Amino acid sequence: MSIIKVENLGKKYTIGHDLNAGRAYRSRSLRDTLAHKVRGLYQRVRHPLSPNTENTEIEEFWALKDVGFEIEPGDRVGIIGRNGAGKSTLLKILSRITEPTTGRIEISGRVASLLEVGTGFHPELTGRENIYLNGAILGMTRAEIKAKFDEIVDFSEIEKFLDTPVKRFSSGMYVRLAFAVAAHLEPEILVVDEVLAVGDAQFQKKCLGKMEEVGKEGRTVLFVSHNMAMISNLCQRGMMLNEGKLEFHGRVSDAVMKYYQATNHRDGDHEREFKSDTAELLGAELLGLSNLSDITIHDELTVRMRYRIKKQIDGKCVPNFHFFTSDGSYAFVDSAKDVSSSPPGEYCADCRIPPRFLNEGAYFVGVALTTFPEGGSLEVEFFDRNALSFNVVDPMDERSNRYGYAGPVPGVVRPQFDWSIVEESK
Amino acid sequence: MRARLVIEAGKVNRQYFLDLLAFRELFLLLAWRDILVRYKQTIIGIAWSVLRPLLTMIVFTIVFGRLAKMPSDGAPYPILVFAALLPWQFFSNTVSEGGNSLISNASMISKVYFPRIIIPTTAMIVSLIDFLISILILSALMVWYQFVPTWRVVFLPLFLGVAAVAALGITYSISALNVKYRDFRHVLPFIIQFGLYISPVGFSSSVVPDKWRLIYSMNPMVGVIDGFRWAIIGNNIMYWPGFFLSVGLAALLLAVGFGFFRRMEREFADVI
Repeated sequence: MSIIKVENLGKKYTIGHDLNAGRAYRSRSLRDTLAHKVRGLYQRVRHPLSPNTENTEIEEFWALKDVGFEIEPGDRVGIIGRNGAGKSTLLKILSRITEPTTGRIEISGRVASLLEVGTGFHPELTGRENIYLNGAILGMTRAEIKAKFDEIVDFSEIEKFLDTPVKRFSSGMYVRLAFAVAAHLEPEILVVDEVLAVGDAQFQKKCLGKMEEVGKEGRTVLFVSHNMAMISNLCQRGMMLNEGKLEFHGRVSDAVMKYYQATNHRDGDHEREFKSDTAELLGAELLGLSNLSDITIHDELTVRMRYRIKKQIDGKCVPNFHFFTSDGSYAFVDSAKDVSSSPPGEYCADCRIPPRFLNEGAYFVGVALTTFPEGGSLEVEFFDRNALSFNVVDPMDERSNRYGYAGPVPGVVRPQFDWSIVEESK
Repeated sequence: MRARLVIEAGKVNRQYFLDLLAFRELFLLLAWRDILVRYKQTIIGIAWSVLRPLLTMIVFTIVFGRLAKMPSDGAPYPILVFAALLPWQFFSNTVSEGGNSLISNASMISKVYFPRIIIPTTAMIVSLIDFLISILILSALMVWYQFVPTWRVVFLPLFLGVAAVAALGITYSISALNVKYRDFRHVLPFIIQFGLYISPVGFSSSVVPDKWRLIYSMNPMVGVIDGFRWAIIGNNIMYWPGFFLSVGLAALLLAVGFGFFRRMEREFADVI
């Protein structure tokens, strides 16, 4: 039984380009509308048979089109996509701020939306007053706010300024208070837009912890962010939107990978700016993937690159692989060992990643070739930062040493070292 | 099973009135906010609510009572004026605050859902507070002039209700129009000022020739103000056909305003 069911959802905006003034407007003045109508009427009267020559060119723009999905209770869904992909529009429709142009949505449960921190905060009111106001705006009842008041104040760390007008707050205090209220919402469905990117690092961590808690309580969370690390941490499912269409809906690591592949495809060119007449990359591939781009944590994986060295150099040509996690940070770099001289020719370099090494998640592999000339400084001949990608999953079998634990195991690596346990005394 | 919500493109929200009920706390809190915020960072604070009607009353009494020597229907002129100022200020405050309310709460409208109609309605609650303060001023005036109101004051809430209906009807229409066409922001003060002159606030509507009175009552506030004077001062005769016309028109304004608001409401978040 799904908690959110969306069918054929579409949202159309009309953007008017006034051909006379050459500007786009949304909130137009009455005079413009009237003038436009009158002009149209005049044209009609003068040339009753002519086609309708409009002064305004109406451009239709579908922010969302044919989007359909179902979300199960307790799912934490990350929604990702480039700017303008329709993420915020989707959240706005789900939280009933705006109406869809086409389609149908069924929601079973109370929805609270957090599209902005501190919606409805009034600068003249005190912290205490704003807690009540903001709580009510977010859909909490007075009794609920009262019961949580102390917790909220505690979380926000602003006890001392509770009776100061919010306009005298520093921006950090303001945000902390606003998030504290939002964090204590207890709806069945929580819809959150990129609001965690506020406050200092320490507070952000606190917010993330709170969000995780919310997820663990079995609530359904829809979360929009550009921060892939946050998405991968918080969500199990992912949705990737592109130009108003739902391109992918499934496991979060797959969604993140699809996102990176789509974005890198566009701006991948500047990554290959190492132009060299010494060597060139011929290709790269992954060996040992089960289906599509998956391996399990128990599988071995071989990364292969093929390259050509075009001219003789005095020194060593060392191929190396760069592994990145889904948020773009380095997992590790490994260079070939025992490289001797490299005469011109075509080469194939394999690097074997042992089983039980990488943890679950999406990884990207950069392939590079570095030359170390005799007596000179090293030079990067090529570096394709996103040549390959793959996904590591945990099959959750007895080899995973989980003993029934079903949550995420943190860390980039997931080794299984040798253990010994001996009983020393009774 | 939890509340089940179905959003369908182009369909009217059937739960609208249930939603209104569910958001009653927000409604009250917003009203409370507007009352609290109103006189923040002012020196004399709530005294403004006393001064404004009092000063208006003094000016009207001097201009219409002393200079123009208008008839006062047997009551002290200040009381005649004040009996009319009560509903007029309630009406004009509601319309002027409510008419701009959606724009001044734009950030809320584009970021969170609630039945939007509670925002312009809130303006009426704030005006009601001013109204109650004015009632106290009127009582003080009556003590000063040793003027005893008739038993008909028990009908005051009825006339206030008519004023509320008319005010909300106009507020809903104007606030919704204001979202799309900001022209109404500039038209609004003019409408209210104009309304003050065509409503019998500074003078008694008994000065209007009988054959024009029905047409004069096309302004719903005429019926309301006459009603207030009839209930408080008592010795002028109520022109009932005009009153019922005013009531009917007020109801019509509300129906049209509410319907229009509901229709426009759907695209508020997109155009605001």
